[in-house]
Amino acid sequence: MWHPSPSSPQASKESKAMHQIELRNITLEYDSVENPVMALKDVSFSVEPAEFLCVVGQSGCGKTTMLNIVAGFLKPTKGTILIGGNTVTGKGLDRGVVFQDFAQLFPWRTAQRNVEFGLEMKGIGKQEREKIAMRFLRLVNLEKFARSYPHELSGGMQQRVAIARALAYNPAVLLMDEPFAALDALTREEMQRFLVDVWKETKKTVIYVTHNVAEAVYLADRVIVFSPHPGTLRAQIKIELSRPRDTLSVEFLEHQKEIVQHIVERK
Amino acid sequence: MRRNNSMRSILGAVISVGLACLIWEAFARSGLFAPALAPSIVLIGSALGRMILSGAMLWHTVYTLYRVLFGFVLASVAGIFIGILMGRFPRVERFFLPLVSVLMPIPSLAWVPVFILWFGLGNAATIALVFYAASFPVIYNTWTGVRSVNRLWIRSAEAMGADEKALFQKVVLPGSLAFVITGLRQAFARAWIAVVGGEMIAATNWGLGWVIFDSKEFLNTDVMMASLAVIGIIGFAFERLIFQTIEQRTVGRWGMVKAIKG
Repeated sequence: MWHPSPSSPQASKESKAMHQIELRNITLEYDSVENPVMALKDVSFSVEPAEFLCVVGQSGCGKTTMLNIVAGFLKPTKGTILIGGNTVTGKGLDRGVVFQDFAQLFPWRTAQRNVEFGLEMKGIGKQEREKIAMRFLRLVNLEKFARSYPHELSGGMQQRVAIARALAYNPAVLLMDEPFAALDALTREEMQRFLVDVWKETKKTVIYVTHNVAEAVYLADRVIVFSPHPGTLRAQIKIELSRPRDTLSVEFLEHQKEIVQHIVERK
Repeated sequence: MRRNNSMRSILGAVISVGLACLIWEAFARSGLFAPALAPSIVLIGSALGRMILSGAMLWHTVYTLYRVLFGFVLASVAGIFIGILMGRFPRVERFFLPLVSVLMPIPSLAWVPVFILWFGLGNAATIALVFYAASFPVIYNTWTGVRSVNRLWIRSAEAMGADEKALFQKVVLPGSLAFVITGLRQAFARAWIAVVGGEMIAATNWGLGWVIFDSKEFLNTDVMMASLAVIGIIGFAFERLIFQTIEQRTVGRWGMVKAIKG
């Protein structure tokens, strides 16, 4: 029987040489007769088990499109995606998704029932569901708000519920599309610290899309820079600073500068 | 807090209805119309009392409620069903949308002669009329509600492994409920118009619409006005006890519509 635990490493059963996520030559073309738009061209990269990968780039560079393809919401024109060594073609419970918009939660469900949704789809019984949901609400420090409806929670709390919801059914991979972009600066910093804690505890493989370079340097093991028209992979930067990271340290700012240069550089 | 609010809303209702009664009384006593045409509140009240005591008002009300609820419930079930299918499946939408667009603007009362020829005088014709009048607002609003379901809810649910059935039950249905309730409200209002109008022409001996129409023959304006008051009170009761309660316990509680303060 499936046995979830936030502290059990997800990728332990995978062989060490295997990438957790692998994109091979992903191309996406929107076929419109007059002017076909190439949203992504020949994008290949991989993510290791328990790695935190951030994807940055100007708007329109295809980073969100790439995430939607990995999530299974969009089908690429060409290329393959492997997760845990298996080719994936659609949506699946091996991936959890968190969006930017607070409205992603179901307003008619309490925080706890939102977190239970994926477990319901897996066919897990009511008592077991409640136990798991409460465990993940505790992980995001919201056990006191289990019975609150989303509209009764602040934006930051709603995003924490969304993270708990995406983790509760125990996917190996967490896909996040600018989850903190709509929050105020102070809450965003708090959420970034909090996300690092949750990631350390759950050992998920994360792809995190953002346009905020400082955020990427703060969170990521590795940052990938996308460039637009068509969306292609321009650079990869490893961030080997110890956590928690000092956002005002020289090394931190140097990484930030390097990434910004990659973003603004002309072809 | 909640008690306080409901006290305030009752007080508000008493004030606005009381004021309307005062204006009516002033109009009745002004001599603009003969007293037989514009009866005073006292006369209307005593006519109402007489009819309640004799049991006649109860039976008229029961007949009218039976017709309106029968047609309304049928229309709601059918309307929600068709509306959801239209919102989910383009083929169903293509088939029903022209029909809805053509039939919805035709006033239900225009069908009365046709329905009398088909169903004869009595319950069947009136219920059919109510069904006709009530189904379109339900279809239309449910269809709109399904189309307005937030795409992120669908995406989130699909990402968590929801199949078509789960998507429908656990996302589309609650997600479009605010619109469905609006549709039911509009449908209920149209159902009342249809039942009273239908009874005036198609009913025999019983029903509030029939009483109003029949009273004209004997210039019983007090009975007319008493029946109108009963219709108003029933409509008010349905709005307060049923529609507002459903709304407050669902979409209001979920923050999907603003709470009613009145």
